[in-house]
Amino acid sequence: MTLQIVLTVAAALIGVGLFGTLSQQSIVMVMMGLELVVNGVLLAGGAAWYFLTPSAPDAQMLIVVALVVMAVEMVMGFAATIAIYRARQVDMVDMAKDLRG
Amino acid sequence: MAGDIAVVTLGMLAVAAGIAVFVVDSMARATFALLASFLAVAGILLALDLVYLAVVTALMMTMEMAVMAIFMIMFMMNPAGLMPMTMVHNARGSAVAGASVFTVLTVGIWTIDWPARQGTQPDDATRQLGESIMGGHMLVMLVIGIGLFATIIAGTVLATQRGRYDRFGPELDARRPHDPVAGGLPR
Repeated sequence: MTLQIVLTVAAALIGVGLFGTLSQQSIVMVMMGLELVVNGVLLAGGAAWYFLTPSAPDAQMLIVVALVVMAVEMVMGFAATIAIYRARQVDMVDMAKDLRG
Repeated sequence: MAGDIAVVTLGMLAVAAGIAVFVVDSMARATFALLASFLAVAGILLALDLVYLAVVTALMMTMEMAVMAIFMIMFMMNPAGLMPMTMVHNARGSAVAGASVFTVLTVGIWTIDWPARQGTQPDDATRQLGESIMGGHMLVMLVIGIGLFATIIAGTVLATQRGRYDRFGPELDARRPHDPVAGGLPR
């Protein structure tokens, strides 16, 4: 078990998540991709703590922040999805192109 | 050695489940594939002696995906396979972007001269985290708390269809609520 192996898994999760975020049409599936990216960050933080600086708590704090980011992202994502669906029955990103900016 | 095999297996499981999220047809199945990916990552965190964070990840993500499954069924694009349609756009460009990010990160990971391990592992990683939350890193926790509170308010505001200003007018002075169906609670 080395730092590189765990970080490679994290990189793979980030890559897959990025692919999903960019390619999915459904807004909720885009959020799944973002969650996968943060999942990779979680893993990279754990690896950094265990293999690089176990005596400092900073990497553990990064994991806590990543977990909170996941929760906030999901809450706000679903709230925005519900709001835009209620306003104009939009559940796909291509139907909300006027929101780009 | 057994730990190595477990971590590699869990890592492959995490990535395979992550890929499955965007391969399976049903969005409900995708949710549980994502849950499997999270649980595998929690398992790796457990192997890295981060017991508390692993348990928090597993519990939080299990609940989060349980909630997410409801939303997935609400917004399902191809319910019961009755409306076959493509769920992706710009798949080739996205695949190139994802693969190139993975390549760049992997090349960096395997070529960087990583520093040696600094210090020794504490007896209890949870105690280390707790003491830093209540000590040197308290500002992080304060910001997280305010951020989560703001999220609660913003989420409620966005998700609420009709508030009191819709019912009682901008000055909140209507005697009877303006409701689409009569019988709502008065002020």
